[in-house]
Amino acid sequence: MTLKNKFLIPLVLFFILVGFLALGLNRDPHEIPSPLVNKPAPAFELPTLNDDKLFSPTDYKGKVWLLNVWATWCVSCRQEHPVLIALTQQHHIPVVGLSYKEIQPQETQLNQLPADQKLQLARQRSQLFLNQLGNPYVLSVMDMDGRVGIQYGVYGVPETYVIDQQGVIRYKHVGPVTPELIDKKLLPLLRQLEKT
Amino acid sequence: MKRIIGAFVFILIFANTLYAREAQPYAEDPVVEARLLVLADELRCLVCQNESLASSRAELAEDLRREVRNLIRQGKTDAQIKFFLVERYGDFVLYRPEVKPITWILWFGPFLLLLIAVWSLWRYLCMRSDALLQHQQAKIEPLENSITPKD
Repeated sequence: MTLKNKFLIPLVLFFILVGFLALGLNRDPHEIPSPLVNKPAPAFELPTLNDDKLFSPTDYKGKVWLLNVWATWCVSCRQEHPVLIALTQQHHIPVVGLSYKEIQPQETQLNQLPADQKLQLARQRSQLFLNQLGNPYVLSVMDMDGRVGIQYGVYGVPETYVIDQQGVIRYKHVGPVTPELIDKKLLPLLRQLEKT
Repeated sequence: MKRIIGAFVFILIFANTLYAREAQPYAEDPVVEARLLVLADELRCLVCQNESLASSRAELAEDLRREVRNLIRQGKTDAQIKFFLVERYGDFVLYRPEVKPITWILWFGPFLLLLIAVWSLWRYLCMRSDALLQHQQAKIEPLENSITPKD
């Protein structure tokens, strides 16, 4: 490098640094890319909100559907609820709910109840929530101990998964579903998946 | 009367000890717990991202510790347990990510930077000594010329 433009070196370094910082500032550290995208959705069998008949993701083979992780104690879920309802009303897309740890560990007294009573209680609470705010779900399964949640890599409720006809997870979103996300990401992806 | 009061106070003071029990062991299986601690120290909690799975009090950390405990009891190796978590939560859960093409820059980047820094320092020093030499040469030459005897 000639002596003439030597003064540019710190300037260039500065802009590289600014670039990195800008990138860091605009990324949400809570959004961790899921390794499950483009992998088969983990299998499970869980009782639903309405009855003890077990639901398994293989029941929905051949369909494009959403799996939405929710709970009545989850504040962001309330925020996303009307968005989900609008989505299901405007587009024929089945949304399956996964009720994640409805009875929380800090509810110590309730946790001493036998499992079937806990399940009944969780169902009552969830049903009440859906009666009050509307029900976007075709069905909702009860993941009482959060084990299925771990299989799906759930770390912050609400979370939403797009699963295709072959039962492969095609997209994962952490946090409440927003109208922008639906328009910009979900609908184009769903249309593309439904064509195949 | 004094005696009765004395006895009463005595009873009051030691009444607590009636409820005292021997300290419960922290976990049912200390061997499992010891392995869990070592493992969980290497794993990141996804909720409080700057805490390890061992130290986090987040609910998810609690659940994941339970899962890891189960895997230990099933006789899984450390590598298998780590793989279980990476499969679901990604490389992010590992404090020491695996060495593979995508993490090369992370592992070797600092050394590369060091190499570049040493190389440029060396280049700079060479250039400087060259310049110094030339500078001195320029100063010495006229002197040398003046010293050389005139024929």
